Amino acid sequence: MKKYVLVRALYSVVTLWLLVTIIFGLVRLTGDPVAMKAEAGADAAYVAQLKSDWGLDRPLHWQYLGFVGRLLRGDFGHSFEKSLPVRDIYFERLPNSLKLGFAAFVISVVLGVPLGMLSALKVNSGWDNAGKMVALLGLSMPGFFVGLVLIIVFGINLGWLPVLGKGPSTFVWSMPSTWMPFWFRDWAYLAMPAFALGWYFSGAMLRITRSGMLDVLGSDYIKLVRLKGVPERMVVAKHALKNSMIPVLTFAGLNLLIMVNVAVVIEVIFNWPGVGQLLYDALSNRDFPMVQGVVLMSGLMIVVLNFTIDVLYGYVDPRIRLSR
Amino acid sequence: MATIPIGAGPTITAQRVARRRYRVFFRNAPIVPLLIVTVLALVAVLAPVIAPHGKLDPVKPTQDRCLAKYGTADCPYVDNVPPFWAHGGTLDTPLGTDFLGRDVLSRLMYGASISLVVALTGTLFAGAIGTVLGVLAGYMGKWWDQIIMRITDAWLTLPSLVFAILLSSVRGPGLWNVVLILALVFWSRYSRAVRAEVLAIREREFVKLAEINGIGKLTIIWRHIIPNVMNTVMVLFSLQVGVAVIIEASLSFLGVGVPPPEPSWGLMMAQERESLMEGRWWLAVFPGACITMLVLSANMLGDWLRVRLDPQLRNR
Repeated sequence: MKKYVLVRALYSVVTLWLLVTIIFGLVRLTGDPVAMKAEAGADAAYVAQLKSDWGLDRPLHWQYLGFVGRLLRGDFGHSFEKSLPVRDIYFERLPNSLKLGFAAFVISVVLGVPLGMLSALKVNSGWDNAGKMVALLGLSMPGFFVGLVLIIVFGINLGWLPVLGKGPSTFVWSMPSTWMPFWFRDWAYLAMPAFALGWYFSGAMLRITRSGMLDVLGSDYIKLVRLKGVPERMVVAKHALKNSMIPVLTFAGLNLLIMVNVAVVIEVIFNWPGVGQLLYDALSNRDFPMVQGVVLMSGLMIVVLNFTIDVLYGYVDPRIRLSR
Repeated sequence: MATIPIGAGPTITAQRVARRRYRVFFRNAPIVPLLIVTVLALVAVLAPVIAPHGKLDPVKPTQDRCLAKYGTADCPYVDNVPPFWAHGGTLDTPLGTDFLGRDVLSRLMYGASISLVVALTGTLFAGAIGTVLGVLAGYMGKWWDQIIMRITDAWLTLPSLVFAILLSSVRGPGLWNVVLILALVFWSRYSRAVRAEVLAIREREFVKLAEINGIGKLTIIWRHIIPNVMNTVMVLFSLQVGVAVIIEASLSFLGVGVPPPEPSWGLMMAQERESLMEGRWWLAVFPGACITMLVLSANMLGDWLRVRLDPQLRNR
């Protein structure tokens, strides 16, 4: 087990290093970070000044070493726009994104998992067809379109829900008294963005649940349980459910993090001050260090989560742990 | 004198066989999605001919419409006209006009070509890069495999939208920049799937026999490996097109995709966000419905193709 964890940790470190290298390389190969700040026709002296400020006039290998070195010290650079460390701004926004992500996650699970199980239990029935349709629509309707339709119907025509922002309650890291109330207040603001974001993922959850459940229901041990004359209800509730949930849970965990990170368009539509809106603001303010910082953070989160999932899998399933 | 040309018989039979093969292939094909994609492709190609108005210039309004809106007989354009069934709409601009008085229907028609061209070429390039790297990793093995697959894994870590935004931040807006970004973001999906497929094909007899016969590696890859992974590539391709359409729309929505005034569907939705609050729902809903329709049909075709080309899934 110890060896397995070490090997997986090594893999994660290699992946992370490759990711950082890819980002460094692609950014310099496909474009110019300075071009983003200085518009076409900008003063040559100003461009040179920008280049030396960001160290872009140094040889490439020194730039690379400096970049990796700063990252190792947890320094993601300085935001150009707000002249604050990228890391500080990022963590100030993160709780908002987490709140939105969790809510969307709950919605995607509540919509996707039961319908997926129903589809698998009644293959080729009306339920199954309805499930297929929901999954297809979920994967085909872009979240921002769902968001706009929600705004039109519930925000403007019916006027039930607030359209913009996240509500008055905020999460402040230095004030522990704000930590708990933040999660439990202002749900009216949360409803529409969370649904728009969770909608897309509920389709994916439905598909994973359905195929996982079908795999388990076709396996030998379920056939044996049925042969023993156990009622169908018990077969599902007691034997099939638990095993079919393993891939679903893995997938759900990954989805949660992805939801926290890809809510850019949804956050922009609903003016939700999370990480995604930070990315968008940085994009429109031509604030390259900020863009890069947000992207690096989302890569880091996902690598860490993948590592955790691998370790948990190895812990519960000896076959995986011993195969390497 | 015999007038029947030699070979007419066999040609007919071959034709019949081919026709039969097509019929078998398209049995149970989803008609509606096929139809929608065909119509959208036709509209995209024929937009300059069939669009009632231009894509960039405002519609020249009639005198009484100017009078009704501004109180003068002459005006450059009338903006925010609702669709024809709503109060104040006109059949001249059936889906209304946008904030600059341009015809929404015409712009949607031109927008179809943008969405299709960007998504198809982007996915095509991604497929080409990914297939080549996947085949190399799978067939050459050893260091090739290690290096290519580690890079693929790292590449797959970032969510595609976040990755696309990073690249667009240094590339800037532009139609071909979006194509480049799609190719750079999505190749890794192909290389992983293709490699897994190649690992299985490599062990088959026909490859082993070719190796024993001393045929070069490149020839084996070209003649024996690539034709056999094409099914996988095609299924992935059809499923990726929908994702590519959404990514293009998202980038354009965020202002780093296709630049204005080009009528990209995502861009059209973004430009109407403010007017949404004033109740002009149609300006955002029509482009959104177009995106949904295109992606839905692409996904349904992809699902069908997957079942069609992968016998193991046929009974699912």
